[in-house]
Amino acid sequence: MLAKPGLLVLGLALGLSTLLPSEAEAHRRWLLPSSTVLAGESDLVTVDAAASNGLFLFDHRPMALDSLVITGPDGAPVDPTILGAGAYRSMFDVPLRAQGTYRIALVSDGVMGSYELNGERHRFRGSGDALPAGATNISSSRSNSRTETFVTLGAPTDTALQPTGSGLEMIPVTHPNDIVAGEPAVMCFLLDGQPAADLEVEFVAGGTRYRDEPGIVMLRTDAEGRVTLQPSEAGMYYLEVSSSQDAANGQPGRRASYTAVLEFLPL
Amino acid sequence: MRVSIAFAFAATGLAAAPSAAQEMAISVEIPRLKVAEYHRPYVAVWIEDAAGKSVRTLDVWYDVDLKPEDGAKWLPDMRTWWRRAGRSMTMPANGVTAPTKAPGTHSRTYRQGSRPLANLPAGSYNLQVEAAREVGGRELVTVPFQWPPKALTSASARGKSELGAVRLTTKR
Repeated sequence: MLAKPGLLVLGLALGLSTLLPSEAEAHRRWLLPSSTVLAGESDLVTVDAAASNGLFLFDHRPMALDSLVITGPDGAPVDPTILGAGAYRSMFDVPLRAQGTYRIALVSDGVMGSYELNGERHRFRGSGDALPAGATNISSSRSNSRTETFVTLGAPTDTALQPTGSGLEMIPVTHPNDIVAGEPAVMCFLLDGQPAADLEVEFVAGGTRYRDEPGIVMLRTDAEGRVTLQPSEAGMYYLEVSSSQDAANGQPGRRASYTAVLEFLPL
Repeated sequence: MRVSIAFAFAATGLAAAPSAAQEMAISVEIPRLKVAEYHRPYVAVWIEDAAGKSVRTLDVWYDVDLKPEDGAKWLPDMRTWWRRAGRSMTMPANGVTAPTKAPGTHSRTYRQGSRPLANLPAGSYNLQVEAAREVGGRELVTVPFQWPPKALTSASARGKSELGAVRLTTKR
């Protein structure tokens, strides 16, 4: 099932602790929270982090959590309790001590490239400042990836949803914890803070094991970077967007990917 | 009884509302269910305007005093009420929240000019009653009504699973 075994081997050869997923594999990457709409003085969500093809099945590999970033309702970081990783998933708890919306994300930002030395092609990771003397045909590309989900204790708030301006992001127009089956949910995509127009968005219902159809809806962002999601059935949904520009005219290439899990509640 | 209440309003200055005598009486039937594990349902009673916006939460019956857990944790199971009203409220709410109730028919009366109804403006409304039960189901029952009532009016609707008859009587 490995779509790009060569690249995976490359990743292993480089000893990367966190593969840049958009380059390293084609599996869906997701954070699945135990609840998205919660109540009370305080509460907790437990989150599974995994990469797999089937949704939301633990059958491929866990996601590394070293790039976990949780933003609380006041915009400040929230410390998770990392529970560890099994063969197929990793797990963490997020304490919800303040009322409002939390943005839970795995974020990576890195540069990978290659160069030629003595007629052989070599690859590197990082800025490329420390390449050996005599390296030629240097090319590099910057890679961002973001895998997210959202949970809310009490009433939804927007502070944690503000764009970071880096990589591909989804800025909800409809609050991600105020979405129900049968009503339109509008999401806006930004690339480095600018509207990401004309990108393909893959939108998939969970529960792939229990149906024959892949259940994939392909959407395209409009000029403002917006798409409208409107599933008729309640459930957990997965969304994926990516953009890619090859290196040209001395400019490094650029790859960015974004995935999210959204829960559509029944009305 | 009516007289003494009207008098009480006059004494507290609330009689400024000329329609202080208008009232709505509801009865909500919680059905007796033969299930292996029964817990009393959480119930929310609220009013929505013609646009579907919640304008008053009248009653919320939940595990107010559950210890050590926070009974408010399961309020979102009444998902329609939670989305339209509950999540923006502070729980428990005086005069609105009460402990869960046993199977049977429970009656409440709300008066114009008095909390939690306060002064409900004239219009078309829906009385909404939603019940959610632990290890059980969830159901929403709607009874439309006009306010203020022009005469003694009764309306009712029936749930199929988590709620029995919901009756609304409005009088001027």
